[in-house]
Amino acid sequence: MIARLRRALAPGAVLYEQEDLRPYECDALTMHRELPLAVVLPSDEAEVTAVLELCHEAGVPVIARGAGTGLSGGATPRSDAVLMSLARLSRILEIDPHARIARVQPGVRNLAISEAVASHGLYYAPDPSSQIACTIGGNVAENSGGVHCLKYGLTVHNVLALRAATVEGEVLAIGAGALDWPGYDLLALLTGSEGLLAVVTEVTVRLIPKPECARVILAAFDSIVTAGRAVADIIAAGIIPAGLEMMDRATIAAVEPFVRAGYPLDAEAILLCESDGTAHEVHEEVAHMEEVLRRAGATECRVSRDEAERVRFWAGRKAAFPAVGTLAPDYYCMDGSIPRKCLAAVLEAIREMEIKYGLRCANVFHAGDGNLHPLILFDANVPQEAARAEAFGGEILELCVRHGGSITGEHGVGVEKLDHMCVQFGARELEVFHGVKRAFDERGLLNPGKALPSLHRCAEFGRLHVHAGQIPHPELPRF
Amino acid sequence: MPAGVSEELQSLAERIRAAATQRRVLRIRGGGSKDFYGAALQGELLETTHLTGIVDCEPTELVITARAGTALAAIECRLSEHGQMLAFEPPRFGERATIGGAVASGLSGPRRPYCGALRDFVLGVQIIDGRGELLRFGGRVIKNVAGFDVARLMAGSLGTLGLLTEVTLKTVPRPKAECTLQFELDQPLALERMSRWAARPLPISATAWHGGRLLVRLSGAQAAVRAARQELGGELMQQGAGEYWEALREQRLEFFSAAQPLWRISLPAHAPPLTSGDSLLEWGGALRWLRGPVESDAVRALACRLGGHATLFRASTKPAPGPFHPLSPSMLALHRRLKAVFDPQGLFNPGRLYPTL
Repeated sequence: MIARLRRALAPGAVLYEQEDLRPYECDALTMHRELPLAVVLPSDEAEVTAVLELCHEAGVPVIARGAGTGLSGGATPRSDAVLMSLARLSRILEIDPHARIARVQPGVRNLAISEAVASHGLYYAPDPSSQIACTIGGNVAENSGGVHCLKYGLTVHNVLALRAATVEGEVLAIGAGALDWPGYDLLALLTGSEGLLAVVTEVTVRLIPKPECARVILAAFDSIVTAGRAVADIIAAGIIPAGLEMMDRATIAAVEPFVRAGYPLDAEAILLCESDGTAHEVHEEVAHMEEVLRRAGATECRVSRDEAERVRFWAGRKAAFPAVGTLAPDYYCMDGSIPRKCLAAVLEAIREMEIKYGLRCANVFHAGDGNLHPLILFDANVPQEAARAEAFGGEILELCVRHGGSITGEHGVGVEKLDHMCVQFGARELEVFHGVKRAFDERGLLNPGKALPSLHRCAEFGRLHVHAGQIPHPELPRF
Repeated sequence: MPAGVSEELQSLAERIRAAATQRRVLRIRGGGSKDFYGAALQGELLETTHLTGIVDCEPTELVITARAGTALAAIECRLSEHGQMLAFEPPRFGERATIGGAVASGLSGPRRPYCGALRDFVLGVQIIDGRGELLRFGGRVIKNVAGFDVARLMAGSLGTLGLLTEVTLKTVPRPKAECTLQFELDQPLALERMSRWAARPLPISATAWHGGRLLVRLSGAQAAVRAARQELGGELMQQGAGEYWEALREQRLEFFSAAQPLWRISLPAHAPPLTSGDSLLEWGGALRWLRGPVESDAVRALACRLGGHATLFRASTKPAPGPFHPLSPSMLALHRRLKAVFDPQGLFNPGRLYPTL
């Protein structure tokens, strides 16, 4: 197999020695590690299809990988599979400021797109927290979000077209330069499919004009429930903030010594509520937001006076994950989503669970989207604590599903949440997912064992385990 | 069928199972307002008439869940009470239009290029598949990346994958201010102007050009609309602007009433003007309606060359291979495999989208 791959690719594009494979043994879900059969580094679409053809012929599974920053193990290798890194497909092929599109290879970094088009006053909106490192191909596979997705949408709303190679190595053109296309919406189906249906070889993204200005309000509350209701009030008032984030007391206390953002330490919760647009629009919207927040019971509202202060207010939010890592030796990061109206109820239920499980939980989340990131604090060296933390997390996710939400708002299923899939979907829906998988990949060779649990696997929950604050890719801010 | 399922759903599921056993095909229908859309209809009627009612709609959520047979008008009316709307302005083509039909047709109205298409706002669906199984995909939350996005796949599938019984859509707040500007411009200049404006952060919410007149709707915060009005110039449309956009959305403008076939041509916005026939442009130039004695193969070839596709939208006869742009053989094969996942016996709306689907 390796000999055939070496013949098909450029010299140095096939890695098979143990020490060369080691850097690829996991993605950002570091608790799952395995050396792949080989790593291939194709540098264009033709090489991608050549690898797929060879592997398909030999019945060898293929796992596509972008930058390996995914938190759910979507790119975790297997010893029987070829790991295909798309990092060398890193060229921006076309920027058309006139049509406001960029056509890029899948290995282009998310932030590199915005940087490349900045001189035209444009940017690519979805901004996952790992945007300095993560690739657009990975974003498509995971349907990545970011802090601004309430107003600007997820990856699925910002990608116009794909070229994607099937497991047999045939390239499909999906989507169009036009605003719609004939047939089924395969663009939606492939976005967020976690590498199970095809390998993306080219992405055309929509660019949007950069807003003239942005300001953020820092609002403090004396109860987390009041803060939760304030989020609902903002939306009910007809405002779509560019970002609406919440942190609870535990998180504020952890973050403030880190970044000195000036957060009020006596608050039970704070909201960061951002407005962007023209100077006139922002002025009008910030006044409206402040009025709603005060009426909702904010004890304090501070509006950023300049760009430096805006960045400082956000710095604490961006440092929340590593900061919480200092509160306890370990934490579990959850990623559930719920309807906004349930925020207060779910937060209260989590408070009660803290007592029930005897563990603390710090809450940081995309409040505007109803996307929670409860961080359950524990010490793996204390007997039973890890198990209690796991049970705690499982109960939170079940609560999310019971409230009509999801087990994953943005991190994906990967290998991490395979078991939780059984909580959210019934056996019949899971069978349909498997059917869709077979329609693209009959023999199950693309990223096998990820995203879809087999029907007999529905027992126990797994999640991102952070030991001693050792978050994977500590250089990246994590939301 | 799980416990607690309504009688209506049970009886629909039973009819589907009976049709499967007896090998009869079914023609799914909401209000029938889009019967003209797609290829000729065939099969025994399966209607969602009794599946009505808004299940969940709270002002704090920007989300509405409704049973598939609920009138689009009723949904828009309820949203309006909350100061909200469906951003994609789905064409109703008559009072009987249902929300299920809107999702199945996948069509979006004048606001589409500026706010997103119907598919962008689909959050969840409940369907009955070709085995009579009641299935749920997606949910009622904005962020949900668990499982394949089957809910969005339903948008525009014209009922070929299953019977939609309930849908959940994201809504948006109604803009506080709105006005419409008029410009006298020929088509190339109008295209150039729309493209230039689209690259600027302007609150444009609709554009339309026909017969030398370009109309531009601005929607948003008072201050933003006022500033944009000054920047764009043109003449303020004092009266009838609301009626104009409604008539465009519903295709009640005179342009649409002619007897000739109506082509819907979806192109990159900056594509050059089409030279044959009478054109009406929407979506900043990305949607071109073409009326006139044009040759089907020529229109399709042109649309393809310009990076888009052409649909024979309204016509008294729809010649083979049907109204939609043909798919490549491998793409069609993939469509057929997907169809078989949901509807293995090919019960639902056979041939409406493509002859062999």
